[in-house]
Amino acid sequence: MMKSEKIQKINKISLKQRVKMYAHSPLSFILLLLVAAAAIVTTFAIIYMIGYILVKGVPNLSLDLFSLHYNSENVSLVPALINTVIITFVSLLIACPLGVFTAIYLVEYAKRGSKLVKIVRMTTETLSGIPSIVYGLFGALFFVMTLKLGLSLLSGALTLSIMILPLIMRTTEEALRSVPDSYREGSFGLGAGRLRTVFRIILPSASQGILAGVILAIGRIVGESAALIYTAGTVANVPKDGLLGSGRTLSVHMYVLANEGLHIDKAYATAVVLLAIVIGINALSAFIAKKMSKG
Amino acid sequence: MNNFKERAMKLVFILCACTSILAVALICVFLFANGLPAIGEIGVADFLLGQTWKPGNNIYGILPMILGSIYVTAGAILFGVPIGVLTAVFMAKFCPKKLYKVLKPAIELLAGIPSVVYGFFGIVVLVPLVRDLFEKYDVSGKGMLTASLLLGLMILPTIVGVSESAIRAVPENYYEGGLALGASHEKSVFTVTLPAAKSGILAGVILGVGRAIGETMAVIMVAGNQPRMPKGILEGVRTMTANIVLEMGYAADLHREALIATGVVLFVFILLINLLFSAIKKRSDK
Repeated sequence: MMKSEKIQKINKISLKQRVKMYAHSPLSFILLLLVAAAAIVTTFAIIYMIGYILVKGVPNLSLDLFSLHYNSENVSLVPALINTVIITFVSLLIACPLGVFTAIYLVEYAKRGSKLVKIVRMTTETLSGIPSIVYGLFGALFFVMTLKLGLSLLSGALTLSIMILPLIMRTTEEALRSVPDSYREGSFGLGAGRLRTVFRIILPSASQGILAGVILAIGRIVGESAALIYTAGTVANVPKDGLLGSGRTLSVHMYVLANEGLHIDKAYATAVVLLAIVIGINALSAFIAKKMSKG
Repeated sequence: MNNFKERAMKLVFILCACTSILAVALICVFLFANGLPAIGEIGVADFLLGQTWKPGNNIYGILPMILGSIYVTAGAILFGVPIGVLTAVFMAKFCPKKLYKVLKPAIELLAGIPSVVYGFFGIVVLVPLVRDLFEKYDVSGKGMLTASLLLGLMILPTIVGVSESAIRAVPENYYEGGLALGASHEKSVFTVTLPAAKSGILAGVILGVGRAIGETMAVIMVAGNQPRMPKGILEGVRTMTANIVLEMGYAADLHREALIATGVVLFVFILLINLLFSAIKKRSDK
């Protein structure tokens, strides 16, 4: 530590030297200014956007915004929030096993250079690049019309589960790959089979990485709107007939509010709630990632 | 017994791995089966190059929307790429450690903010801003410029993230070599490190293009959405994505199929961009 500090001190350039250097080479100074300006613009944009919404929205948070049922007077967001939770839960229920099992196959079972692996990789990459509106169209054509599920939370959740599949798969794959081979060898050496090794040794050691991926997926579901408008619909209350009824999630609710323009103050408040959820999700996933890197 | 369990579970894993293949196949089949007949009925040239979109008169030309998507995306690149790449340079080579610890999560947060929140921010901040800036032209504020600005902001985290890791992947001794030859810190970064990270940065830009062209809700909220040939940067435009969402709710028959066909065109655009992305990524990995 002492040594590196000393080296740093030797390498340190005083302000005077620096000014002299820049006077010698104005191009360097211009480049420095450009880089600094870009960083300031980015920082400013982040602070301004989040700050603006918080400052305008927090005073608009009122109790009737959180009443249990929606009507055109209270413009409550609770039903939308409940719908969001339902859709998130169902989507994860479908996508998590599929994504995790796919990753297990790719990492633990597949042979190197297998054709199936190549195709799976290619299709997952394709899936992760498809914009949400195309998922929405597909969901409307397949789940809503062909499977006759109608505009319903279930159609929405099924659509979103395909959308988050590549995300869960990729993060799980990374988590499985980061489990050291010595764990596998140790388990095999003790006489455990492949299946036992996967479920008893590898999955538990990779669980935090998988969890971080799942949380990212939750973030995507919460923020999604284009894929849901024509699959889950825009009814503002929690559907009475459960999963087969139509309902809007918080993001769709926010879109409708902002587009109608009738309740701009409520839209601000809803934006705050949405933002708070996203910040919470981000913080949680960062926390887990940090814990992971510490071991 | 144990052997049977092993084999059965292996089969389950393989079947799960096949779901993504099945999903892509289903998406392709359903989009193309529902969209292509409409293109055939309207005529490929009339559909792709037709300059008028009037579903009421059975005229379905989506050239205005294709151009709208391209222009808005180009605008987003114009705003987002220079700022994004320079910010990435700052993050990788100039940022003090303490600032980095704050700035990095903040940029990641920017990536996580839902597009409706971006769109709302666009409505309440950017639209009035553009309206006031160009007051003498008497514009509504909703249009190509506003959409480009907003999309530029939205693709910023993608470009910063990918470019930063590309810059960091360049071996440190390249940069040190530059210093040893007498270049200043800035010159060494810009003339040695940055060119070496070129293809990684390009991959980030293409990823940004994909995001911008596929973005829907935020664009609808600020672009004005007039279905006519784009007239100027302050005038309203409609993108392909917006076309689908705006009219899908009430469309029927050929109109509906024409909207699905719009989705097909968008899908093909995205596939081409993805292909380009993986080709460039392959090159940069080498």
